[in-house]
Order: sequence, then structure tokens, then C-alpha cells
Amino acid sequence: MTSQPQTAVAPAGKASFFGWWRWRRIEGYLFIAPWLIGFVAFVLGPFLASFFLSFADWNLVRPPTWVGLEHYRTMLTNDPKYIKSFVNTVYFTVFHVPLILVVALFVALLLNRQLPGIGVFRTLFYLPSVTAGVATAILWRFIFNYHYGLLNQAIGLLGIQGPNWLGSTKWAMPAFIIMSTWGFGSLMVLYLAGLQGVPRELYEAAEIDGATAWDKLLNVTIPMMSPVIFFTMIMTIIGSFQIFTAAFVMTEGGPADATLFYILYLYRSAFQWLRIGYASAMAWILFLVILALTLIQLKLSRRWVFYAGEDLA
Amino acid sequence: MELEQGAVQSSGSLLASPGWRWPQVRALLFNAFLYLLIVAGGIVFLIPFVWMVSTSLKTLPEIQRIPQPLLPEVIRWDNYYVAWTSLPFTRWFFNTAFITVVNIFGTLLSCSLAAYGFAYTRFRGRNFLFVILLSSMMLPYHVRLIPTFLIFNHLGWINTFLPLTVPAFFGTAFYIFLLRQFFLTLPKELDDAARIDGCNSLNIYWRIVMPLSKPALAAVTAFTFIDSWNDFLGPLIYLRQDSRLTLSLGLRMFLDFQEGTGDLHLMMAASVATLIPILIVFFFAQKHFVEGVTFTGLKG
Repeated sequence: MTSQPQTAVAPAGKASFFGWWRWRRIEGYLFIAPWLIGFVAFVLGPFLASFFLSFADWNLVRPPTWVGLEHYRTMLTNDPKYIKSFVNTVYFTVFHVPLILVVALFVALLLNRQLPGIGVFRTLFYLPSVTAGVATAILWRFIFNYHYGLLNQAIGLLGIQGPNWLGSTKWAMPAFIIMSTWGFGSLMVLYLAGLQGVPRELYEAAEIDGATAWDKLLNVTIPMMSPVIFFTMIMTIIGSFQIFTAAFVMTEGGPADATLFYILYLYRSAFQWLRIGYASAMAWILFLVILALTLIQLKLSRRWVFYAGEDLA
Repeated sequence: MELEQGAVQSSGSLLASPGWRWPQVRALLFNAFLYLLIVAGGIVFLIPFVWMVSTSLKTLPEIQRIPQPLLPEVIRWDNYYVAWTSLPFTRWFFNTAFITVVNIFGTLLSCSLAAYGFAYTRFRGRNFLFVILLSSMMLPYHVRLIPTFLIFNHLGWINTFLPLTVPAFFGTAFYIFLLRQFFLTLPKELDDAARIDGCNSLNIYWRIVMPLSKPALAAVTAFTFIDSWNDFLGPLIYLRQDSRLTLSLGLRMFLDFQEGTGDLHLMMAASVATLIPILIVFFFAQKHFVEGVTFTGLKG
């Protein structure tokens, strides 16, 4: 908390002490005004508006009509594609999140030591996080190419013919999971920052007690890192529910809707078929699912997340 | 105990120490093993990029040969010229650069002002609004996507750069949070001293806080650059006319063109070309990317 000296010397000039004091009370609003206006206009307003739109039928041409819960009923009972997009996204999340978290933590542990040239690898592993976009999606689309792709060429060296990754309903989703793991670098950087914050004395104390490297990992590193792991888990789950660009570029949802992700279906509903109300209902279900998942994790976190400060407080 | 730690930290001390003991040898072997693991991992990790560049310099028959040669027989820089000029990529490059620069400027200005407000001024409801700011970070972008589109559509901003740039001037919650955390680490005495010298808040913001916050501002710049350059959904929704596209959108269009001809080498050349600005920025600013993460105080 910053506490300004409210009885400090008033600026020289005609301004009275009370006028100055009042100014100091409102100037804060001026500093945050751009954000506050933007928040109301582009965040809170649209957020609430999409709630109301979800009860309306509207295609931007004819005036909107009120349909109540009709969209929600259609989604749950009468739209297999919607269910498919939801299941696909859950499937992706269930594999993607644990995999990327474990890989990022493992590499962070490897890189968290004083070896010459280690910084180069940190940069290298971070690189795909900054290049994520259409260009790398095109690259991966080609890596998974049945005939000439890098992956099947490599598998071919073992004398096995690799699958037709993006052309097969069975292998398209694993392909997305592999590709997404490539982007573990941003998580790794967070974990490296977290590892720097683990006090050395804890390791020294554990060593005196005869702890092995494995003991230290399980009983010192992981508990001390648990707040960071928890935070990254929540953010990664939220992010993985919103995968879009890769799907739009690599498969366009195919084959046979095997990679029809939630946001891809939402995008098509809203911007290709102009089903504004229906897409808004989809957006709100997404919001509620993410909210529920976050709250559940928050609840569960009391069992495993350890905040070092709490013991002392 | 101490000797073992010395060995872990630098193998140099090992040579200096008299006699070889098992813990030291073990530590050395362990480090060598880790090193190999890291190097091997790094190579596997880098291969997609190497292959991307190598493919972009090959001929089409070379790509279609099985087994594929690792390196091109003749390096064909020409691929880049052919790919780049087959569609208005130069135009798209300048469009993307313009949007990115405006976004960086808008984000730095609006976020630093708000962060200063939250860190250095007192007003009623400040803490409440800060909690609102933090929770807005958890709100999925897509929940507000459709009404935001309707607003910009109503304003007649479709097919202009306005929907992609104007919001930057109204702040981004995460960057406000990042900057506010950084501002709070600056010594409080500077603020008090400046006030006694008659500085007002705007002076303190511009003359003291901003110059001292260059590392945090650099991190925000780096993140904004990447977000803006790679953005796909925004341009996809708002830009229609060919001459107004961004690189990511243009590249997606190029993909559709190449589907018919199967010119994978040109596809790769165009993809590499759009990545070059990102790579340049990343290699000059990599420190700021890593630092930015730590400014939020997200440590163990």
C-alpha cells in the first residue's frame, strides 16, 4: 500500500490546501481512466451483452427475436457437432495440459544449473513460444505430411510407415498434442524463475538429513514450486480450451470433424453462418466451464499447493 | 560436503583438488550425462526449424524424393523472391508493421498510466478496481468477441485497422498488472523527494517512474510485439480486402493457393520470411522476455 502524505506541503500558488487535497483524491481516476473506459466498453459491456445475446436469435439482417433458452437446449440435445467440438476440446486438454506441464518442469530442472552455455538452450527452448502463429502451424502441417513430412521420414528410418497424421480421424488429435508440446518454453521460463526462488538452505538441510536427489525433488522442489505449478495449470487449461489458429490452418476441423475445436465451431457459427445468438450461447457455456474448472481447482489446491509464507504468518 | 558442492558448481575445482574421490567423479559423470541430454534435446527441438529453412531452399522434386536429402543440393534463394512476389506480401508486411507499432505505443501509454494510478495514487475504490482488473485477466477473450465485433461493425470499422489498434489505447490487464508490480519496487523516497521539490503526479510519472522502469517497459514492448505480429483471429474477423491483410492472414491465403499447385518449397519460404522479423526482435530482446515473467512476482 502506498500512502501519500496527505498533510504534506501544498504547492505554492493560489491553490488552497483543500483544493489540492481534493485534486489528489481524484487524479488517480484520471490515470486509470483509459483502462476503466476500455474495461466498461470492451470487457464488461461485451461480456454482459453476450449473455443477453445468447437468448436471442439474430443473423444481423433481420431484427433479433427472443428465444429464451432455446439455444442452450439445441446445443445440449440437438447439435451433435457442438457436442463433438466440446469432446474434442476436452480430449485435447486432458492430454495436452499434463504433458506440457511435466515437460516444461523437467526441462526447467535440467537447465537450472550453472553449466557453460546453458543460456543458449534456454533461448532455444523458448523460441517456439514467440513464433507460435500461422507460419509454424504451416510448418507442422507439413511435418505431419503423409509422404514427405519430417515425422514420417524419421519413422521410416525405423522401417515403419507412419500414419497419415492429419488425414486420419485417429491420429489428427495426437498430432495436435505433439505440436502443442513444442511450445512448452514459456512455461519453462516461469518454472526457472520459480526454481530460483527456492531457498538453498532447504536443500542443504535435506542433504544433511541424507536425502537423495529424488527425495529433494519430491519433498522440497515440488512443494516449493506448487504455487507456480498451480497458476500455470489454471492458465494452460484456459488456454487449451481456446486453441484456434493451429486448427484453422492445419486441418480446418477435419477429417470428419476430428479436430473441430470449440472456438473453431464458435467462429464458424458467429462469423460464417452469422448465428450471433447461438455463438454467444456457446461463448457463455465456455465461460461457465472455465469458471467451474477454475473454482474446482482452487478448492482442490488447498490439498496440494503449499504457500511458504503462510506458516510464518 | 563442501567439496561435492564445489564439484557440482564447476568442474574446474575438481582438477585443482588433490586426489579423485567417488562423489566428485559421480558428480562429474552426472553433469556430463545431463549435458548430453540437454544437447540431444536441443537438437531434436531445433530440427523442425532447420528442416523448415532447408525445405524453403530446395526444389520441389527434391522435397518429393524419398528418402529426402537433408540439405538442398543447390541453395535456391530464388524461392524467397518467387514466394514473396507471388502475392502482395510487401504490402502485408507494412500493414502488420503499422498495426504492431501502433499497438506497442498505445499499450505502453495506457498501461503505464493505469499502473501508475494503481501504484502511486490513492482514490476511493482503488483496491476494489484492482481486484476487478485482476479477475478480468481470467475472462476468456472469446466471451466478449462477438459483442465487440458488433460494436466495431456498428461504427463502420470493418476492413480498417481501427478494431486492431484502438483497443490498445485502453490498456491490457496483464501489462497493467506487470507494470504496477514493477513500479512498486521503485524506492518510495523518490516520490516523496520529488513532491517536496514541487513535482506533481504527472511529472513524477513521466520524469521519474517511466525512466526508471525501462526494463519493465521493454518486456511489455516485447510481449506486445509478439502478440500483435502473430495475431490471427483479430485480422481474420475484421479485415476483408486483399490489400488490407496482415502477414498471418496473407500467409493463410497463400496456403490456399499452394494447395492447388503443391509448391511446398514456396510455402516454406513464405513462412520463414514472415518469421524473420520475430527472430530478429527475439534475439535482441530475449532478456526482456525472460525478465518480464519475473516482474509479476510470480516466484516460488
